[in-house]
Amino acid sequence: MTELLAVEDLTVDFLTPDGTVHAVRGVSFTVAAGETLGIVGESGSGKSVTMLATMGLLPRKTRVGGSVRFRGEELLGRKPKEIRRFRGSKLAMVFQDPMTSLNPVHKVGKQIAEAMLAHQDVSKRAAWAQAVELLDTVGIPAPGRRADQYPHEFSGGMRQRAMIAMAIVNDPDILIADEPTTALDVTIQAQVLETLDKVKRELNTSIVLITHDLGVISRMADRVAVMYAGEIVETGVIDDIFVTPRHPYTIGLLNSLPRLDTSNTTLTPITGSPPSMVHPPSGCPFHPRCFFRRENCSTDKTNLRDIGLGAHTSACHYAEALSEVAR
Amino acid sequence: MTVHETTAEKEPASTPPGDEVEPVLVVDHLVKNFDIRVGELIRRKIGSVQAVSDVSFQLHKGKTLGLVGESGSGKTTTGLCVLRLHEPTSGSIRYRGREITDLSRREMRRIRRSLQVVFQDPYASLDPRMSVASIVSEPLRIHKQTTGLRDHVDELLRLVGLNPDYGNRFPHEFSGGQRQRIGIARALALDPDVLILDEPVSALDVSIQAGVVNLLEEIQDRLGVAYLFIAHDLSVVRHISDAVAVMYLGKIVEHGTRDDIYNKPAHPYTQALLSAVPVPDPRLERGRQRIVLEGDVPSPAHPPSGCRFRTRCWKAQDICATEEPALIDRGQGHPVACHFAGEQSSAIV
Repeated sequence: MTELLAVEDLTVDFLTPDGTVHAVRGVSFTVAAGETLGIVGESGSGKSVTMLATMGLLPRKTRVGGSVRFRGEELLGRKPKEIRRFRGSKLAMVFQDPMTSLNPVHKVGKQIAEAMLAHQDVSKRAAWAQAVELLDTVGIPAPGRRADQYPHEFSGGMRQRAMIAMAIVNDPDILIADEPTTALDVTIQAQVLETLDKVKRELNTSIVLITHDLGVISRMADRVAVMYAGEIVETGVIDDIFVTPRHPYTIGLLNSLPRLDTSNTTLTPITGSPPSMVHPPSGCPFHPRCFFRRENCSTDKTNLRDIGLGAHTSACHYAEALSEVAR
Repeated sequence: MTVHETTAEKEPASTPPGDEVEPVLVVDHLVKNFDIRVGELIRRKIGSVQAVSDVSFQLHKGKTLGLVGESGSGKTTTGLCVLRLHEPTSGSIRYRGREITDLSRREMRRIRRSLQVVFQDPYASLDPRMSVASIVSEPLRIHKQTTGLRDHVDELLRLVGLNPDYGNRFPHEFSGGQRQRIGIARALALDPDVLILDEPVSALDVSIQAGVVNLLEEIQDRLGVAYLFIAHDLSVVRHISDAVAVMYLGKIVEHGTRDDIYNKPAHPYTQALLSAVPVPDPRLERGRQRIVLEGDVPSPAHPPSGCRFRTRCWKAQDICATEEPALIDRGQGHPVACHFAGEQSSAIV
């Protein structure tokens, strides 16, 4: 598989009055052509910031370090104008809240056409026609009439699909979707996930899906990266993560989930709460909450490492021993 | 009681089996209309939204009824009507056999001791300028139960798993999960029989959510409180509920025990809802048949004629537009409001 995106040792620091927030602390991952990478984590784990940094969308005074290469070309440290060449055309993004990401005073069709005109040398008429066609692709009924309407005339699910249409108008290589269905009801979520699936199938677009919802990940992703406290703590193909997890945090997440498919479950919460990112814990960031911690966990840090299970990696000293305790 | 409904029978509403004991709370044919008004100076009524339409259910000591539905289904309004934080338009609510819809404000206040509520947002539902101890003790002070107040508050904080020493701290010093525990302690202060839990865990991360769900279960086991658990998360509802009612556009479309609803859902909407929830197990996900509903929920101001779900239903026929299906047992062993109710055990797997 062709490697499209390679993020290496990415760090993001926000300077705040309360001190420096180390939001992302050495994150590395790759995205291959045509695959869906799921990034899962709870509030504050750094999953959104990681992708915003990748897209060059963070405020200027944020300190970003490491490397982000798209098809071998470094994106970090480039001038905003140069980044814009990639953003929207090669890498496109869909956000959680479609109401705030669409401009309320412009027609939906115009906004989609504009995204095309920004990157391609086409006539306005052709761009409009393409906008209508894409609204059809994402499953909006009567696309010709809908293109001529304003965002407030759309329902939440339709707005999110219009956002997907806008994101794919330049046929990007990678679509980054940040909690794309979190604000939606479950039957509408199902429609939007179906739309994303269709985009991936028909346009062979890679998708990076950021979500806190493990169900959505298991439905959509080929590979998964689990984030905690600004780091990736485990990666693997979906079955690695859901069936044979090898990091205590992943195991903890799965054990705390109520299940739709059975009535007889005991929920085991993860004790404590996520750490402050101003003063992240020493050693393994999960050690204060870990059920499996040992003496050296508070002092020694381990990076994602090969645990002898193919592409499955874990940042736990005792990953191998966890096969006994994983459910 | 003003009659807005054309539903044929006004018999006591059907209830799922296993409800032999005297219920703590009985809601019968509850209706709540909101007026739609326009105009800045002169407000004119141009219509009304029936947010809750002929809803009936019972709550039992120590048991949980899960009320599920999507945005606009009327589940929250139902909860607020039970507490009379919204005045019901019509219908009956009986607490321990006593009708409460016609009580005066003063009388209602006495009853509210026994009917308490926990809201979704642990950030908005606690006064940031009050200490935790004064938040938790406020109901006791209002109801003049101030003897041994300090000890009582400590006991409540311990009950919800918080260190009583934290009583002097303020809400901003706590995480979301801890704040929700404070809200639960406050709701329990007056030793209620009924707790209305309106999306109590949906603002929390899953690792924290599990702790609050466990706490709610422990409290129920210890104190025998009846829960009305309002939520959109079908997995949490399955975990915590004994019985479940599914709402769509103001109506209960299916009502049964937890196993009725999750193992043999018979209403097309319930089936679609269950099949739409992604399961955190890729092995199951790959083999699932999905029912993807077309379109959006219609506006509750102009609900479809007949069955309200028919505009999105793949089973809909002519009769669905003309005749509203009653919520009755159609051979599935639990009430279903569909002319073409049919068991489908494969909605989840």
